[in-house]
Amino acid sequence: MTRHAVRIALAVLAIVMVFPFVIVALNAVKSPQDYGAHGPLSLPEGLYLQGIVDFWNRVDFGEKLWNSFVISGSVAVLAVVLSVLNAYALGIGRVRGRVWILALFLLANTLPQEALAYPLYYLAKAAGLYDTRLAMIIVFTAIQAAFGTYLLSAVLGQFPREILEAASMDGAGRLRTLATIVVPVSRPTLSVLLIFFFIWTWNEFFLPLIFLISNDTQTAPVALGVLQGEKFMDATASSASALLGLLPAVVFFLLFQRTLTRGITVGAIK
Amino acid sequence: MRSPSRTKTTSRTLASNARGYWLYLVPSSILFLGVIAVPFLMNLGASFTRWSGVGTPRWIGLENYARLLRDERFWASFQHNAGLIVAMAVVPAAIGLVLAATLFHLKGRTAVVLRALYYLPQVLPVAVAGVVWGWMLHPSYGAVNQILGLDVDWLGDPDLALATVMAVMVWFQLGYPVVVFMAGLQRVDPALHEAAQIDGASWWRRFWHITVPQIRPEIFVVLLTCTIAALKVFGPIFVLTRGGPGDATMVPSYFSYLNFFQKSNVGYGSAIATVLALVIVAVTFLFLRVQERAT
Repeated sequence: MTRHAVRIALAVLAIVMVFPFVIVALNAVKSPQDYGAHGPLSLPEGLYLQGIVDFWNRVDFGEKLWNSFVISGSVAVLAVVLSVLNAYALGIGRVRGRVWILALFLLANTLPQEALAYPLYYLAKAAGLYDTRLAMIIVFTAIQAAFGTYLLSAVLGQFPREILEAASMDGAGRLRTLATIVVPVSRPTLSVLLIFFFIWTWNEFFLPLIFLISNDTQTAPVALGVLQGEKFMDATASSASALLGLLPAVVFFLLFQRTLTRGITVGAIK
Repeated sequence: MRSPSRTKTTSRTLASNARGYWLYLVPSSILFLGVIAVPFLMNLGASFTRWSGVGTPRWIGLENYARLLRDERFWASFQHNAGLIVAMAVVPAAIGLVLAATLFHLKGRTAVVLRALYYLPQVLPVAVAGVVWGWMLHPSYGAVNQILGLDVDWLGDPDLALATVMAVMVWFQLGYPVVVFMAGLQRVDPALHEAAQIDGASWWRRFWHITVPQIRPEIFVVLLTCTIAALKVFGPIFVLTRGGPGDATMVPSYFSYLNFFQKSNVGYGSAIATVLALVIVAVTFLFLRVQERAT
């Protein structure tokens, strides 16, 4: 009896959690007339895609997705490369003062972006990088690599010594050992980092909001965020914009579900 | 089989090689200097000045900080942060514990599917979560009023706005503790539960005396990371309320943003951001100390 009650409670909660996704999807494909007549809770009378198409064209959403993709993809790759280089020196090379260096990386990772925002804005303007995707790539590479270094140094600290010794006896140099042994062996951890960096950067809002002010540099979340409260954002346009924001995230979730849950549990991160 | 003496020599060659490894830190050091260290120091420096962002900053010592202490908006913004810590760290961790413990006993596919559904909001950009709820909570055409048969301006009423944002954040955060706790529970020896069950311990007693103590490290991590996230919260406030109505949902992060980019009070904004940074570093340090002592 209680078993049933528990199962029902769990199912009800799941419905509550998913409900916004479902209702956004339902209303994004509803015509304004249908919405006006039946409100947000009815099932759509037919499949009406004009609202989504109009919104897409109006904000040039394809371009926003591409900007998000370029920035997140570049950051993910570069931040993993830097994390590996740092962790190689700290975890395997055990350079002197590594505890302090790690503490600095951890500190860099906990600092709020608010405490860096204005100087970064100022410096980017001075360097002619303001309102460019490159500025965001540079900044987020540093921020994500701080976390990656911290996590990966712990992982590489456990790297089997015998393998490294065997490599050095075979006459492999340091760079070759890194490229042909350390990286391939730690590939599972690196792929988790790569995916997390990509999604975290995709989801960033504060700094991109400040840095990317023109239409052709904006990322998808920023474009959707700043449009709230615009005049043309009626019920249909709002639900279309919400759906377009949800879809990439849901796609990432379905693509990377395994890695995501593994990653969260390995690093217990964010 | 390797002879002991040979292992010793190779270890020594590895150790003597250790010197050149710092070269691998060079690219990141340059990047960190430019993106994190120098900007942080510049922000700190600006917090001692009056500066509009153009022209020369004028040194005013601690005046910005003195003004902060008297500024009601600043104190209110930290109070709202406390509410958001409840909504983003305390409540999700508490519900997440019960959910994880319950789901853990539901073996098989159901638990996996439910966990995925609870986690779904977590993959959203937080700004998009704001867009979704802004639409759902709209006073005239939103779904929430339709369902409840009410006519409430959830985000426009100063008495309700913060509570509404808090509710949205519970929805957003809940999946994270569930996933982390469920992973932690895999360490718990099932024999403990079985033994307690045979002794006639109730579900609640087993939960409190076996489950919770066993996953204490996970509880610490969740509370720490979620508390930091709550202190930094910006996206949902920007999208849902812009700190309003009035200052009903003002948070330090948004308050500093306002001073930087809308009021051209860069010095004052920098002071707010510096205090926020100090609070976050202090909270992190405190958590790590407590955790160290507990284990």
